[in-house]
Amino acid sequence: MSNIQWQFPRALEDEAIYILRETAAQFERPAILFSGGKDSITLVRLAQKAFHPGKIPFPLLHVDTGHNFPETIQFRDWLVETLGLELIVRNVQDSIDQGKVKEETGKYASRNALQTVTLLDAIEELKFDACIGGARRDEEKARAKERIFSVRDEFGQWNAKMQRPELFDHLNGKINIGENVRVFPISNWTELDVWNYIREENLAIPSIYFSHEREIIERDGMYWPYSSFLNTTEEEVPFKSKVRFRTVGDMTCTAAVVSEADKLEDIITEILAAKISERGARIDDKRSEAAMERRKQAGYF
Amino acid sequence: MDVLRITTSGSVDDGKSTLIGRLLYDTNSITQDKLEALHNASKRKGLDFTDLSLLTDGLIAEREQGITIDVAHIYFSTPNRKYIIADTPGHFEYTRNMVTGSSTAQVSLILIDARKGIVEQTYRHYYIAQLLRIPHLVVCVNKMDLVDYEQARFDSIVNDFKQLQANSDFQAQTIQFIPISSIYGENLVTNSDKMAWYSGTPLLPYLEQIELDFAAERPARFPVQYVIRPKTEQYHDFRGFAGKVASGEFKIGDEVVSLPSNHKSKIKSIEKFETQLSSAHANDSVVITLEDEIDVSRGNLLVKSSNIPEGLKEIAARVCWMDQQKLTPGKALLIQHGANRVKAKVQSIDFVVEVTTQRILDDKKELGLNDIGKIRIKTAQPIFADAYEQNPANGTFILIDEFTNATVAIGFVSEA
Repeated sequence: MSNIQWQFPRALEDEAIYILRETAAQFERPAILFSGGKDSITLVRLAQKAFHPGKIPFPLLHVDTGHNFPETIQFRDWLVETLGLELIVRNVQDSIDQGKVKEETGKYASRNALQTVTLLDAIEELKFDACIGGARRDEEKARAKERIFSVRDEFGQWNAKMQRPELFDHLNGKINIGENVRVFPISNWTELDVWNYIREENLAIPSIYFSHEREIIERDGMYWPYSSFLNTTEEEVPFKSKVRFRTVGDMTCTAAVVSEADKLEDIITEILAAKISERGARIDDKRSEAAMERRKQAGYF
Repeated sequence: MDVLRITTSGSVDDGKSTLIGRLLYDTNSITQDKLEALHNASKRKGLDFTDLSLLTDGLIAEREQGITIDVAHIYFSTPNRKYIIADTPGHFEYTRNMVTGSSTAQVSLILIDARKGIVEQTYRHYYIAQLLRIPHLVVCVNKMDLVDYEQARFDSIVNDFKQLQANSDFQAQTIQFIPISSIYGENLVTNSDKMAWYSGTPLLPYLEQIELDFAAERPARFPVQYVIRPKTEQYHDFRGFAGKVASGEFKIGDEVVSLPSNHKSKIKSIEKFETQLSSAHANDSVVITLEDEIDVSRGNLLVKSSNIPEGLKEIAARVCWMDQQKLTPGKALLIQHGANRVKAKVQSIDFVVEVTTQRILDDKKELGLNDIGKIRIKTAQPIFADAYEQNPANGTFILIDEFTNATVAIGFVSEA
């Protein structure tokens, strides 16, 4: 394995910092969409760098599905405390209680799609005109078509055919009332870039990214974390195994990989050798070839 | 590790998406689950081979119609460098997306179908690569398998292209012709046995050895994006100017001028997070502090006092028009240059270029969607731009429609 693949291309950091500064300058009230996953942790680091020695000029917004890994929530609270950030949490459970969304049923039930409604409500309530997300174009092919400043209409919808052209590094954040923008500073990063950055910057990440013993079940050739949120059948008997997670989503839609990797170096080695893509472990994307595009049209970030 | 940005262009069905799919496949950048999804999607379409083009056509409408509509960004790495491909649509009606995808590229990759030779789109793509001054051009003559890998066919296309190139006003652009078959992977990663007559380098090794020019000799330009004033106890009097160096180099002690105020000062520090730097270069995102308390805010431009650009209130520029609504003289717009955004009015349209023939149509006085032409703009406040040919990083702007807020044009500042 070549050493070069262990290097983070620093031009990507300069680009992301430039985007964050444009966001702070062009919008009234931006927020960072924070999930507690590695991509949003990277965003927080970049924002810290972009405005140093000043404070990060935006709050973090976490749309909590209630089905998060407890380790992620612990980590979130620790990070907010340590860096002195402002955190705003909105709960999918509230949207369910208000009758705005309906809990899915069956063994594949997940709250992943429901969070869009909670997110759109939060944007309206808190009057955010820009939401900064950690989505990357390499994740999924509908995301490969995303702009850096992606304009959403009043209903949060993404219109793939009517996107604003983005030329050189000119970013146009002018919007009409009711519209808002999703900002993607790490659009051009790959999964490997993010891991190399975390390693070079020595960033803390939730423990579930590292190998640990956990109760899992096997379903459709994947390992699912066993929890009270997961609807299981009688044949699906939980068993213990050493696993880790490549991506942090809900406990109901994030598959585990069997792994002994307990250091960042081992994780990177594993990714370089991996046969399955990162979103291949996201059960929500497996629903259909166009699953992501349809969710984005509906306002998913 | 450096990053090489490539734009790919081609006409409908000339195998662009297949080529990219192939590059990903041959550099082991496609994971097993994505490959399986491709096999299944190909089967559903009734194909008896794995259609690698399905990998890049990310939108439902694109897969339905079998064409590329929007710019897609695709990534792969070799042990040598990281590659970013902006895969752009070949259809005429999506030319604006092609300009978009080309705007950050160091390499323009043009595909020509060996059976068809140079077609209308080839002229368009070549013109855009010239207009944008993309330093390197790679012309891939594809589908060589369908012309029996015949050298004569390749040579004839190369000759046609060289005639086109002879008329170009950008002779500094490097150019490489490669005969390929993207569907069979011929001349992509290794030399093809089927075209032993080709003595040049295959595509990927060619891309690997392209040298990036960082143009250190350009004038120093620093558009101020954001003013950092922490007002904390520790940094009570700190006033830093955050931005990304557009071009040239800034060092501590350099005498700088802030435009448009013309106030002078010296660089006190250059900071990148907790690191103190002695200098900053093109594309570095840094914070600059000055010795004196002069008035500097977002939209201002810091330059070295040894090379100050002229403040332009009348700008001549080549533009690519990107809106459905036609541009006519008298139109009021916003011009965004660096972090500066001011009101502007289009005074005249000098001419429209018929891109496929490069003919100047000076009787045409409006610009339609996808048209490229030369216009004159009057601005409410001076714009401190350089001519694009002299300093590309400070020589472009976008035009914004004040009512729809859409980005309606990209402009390249001309010398007159």
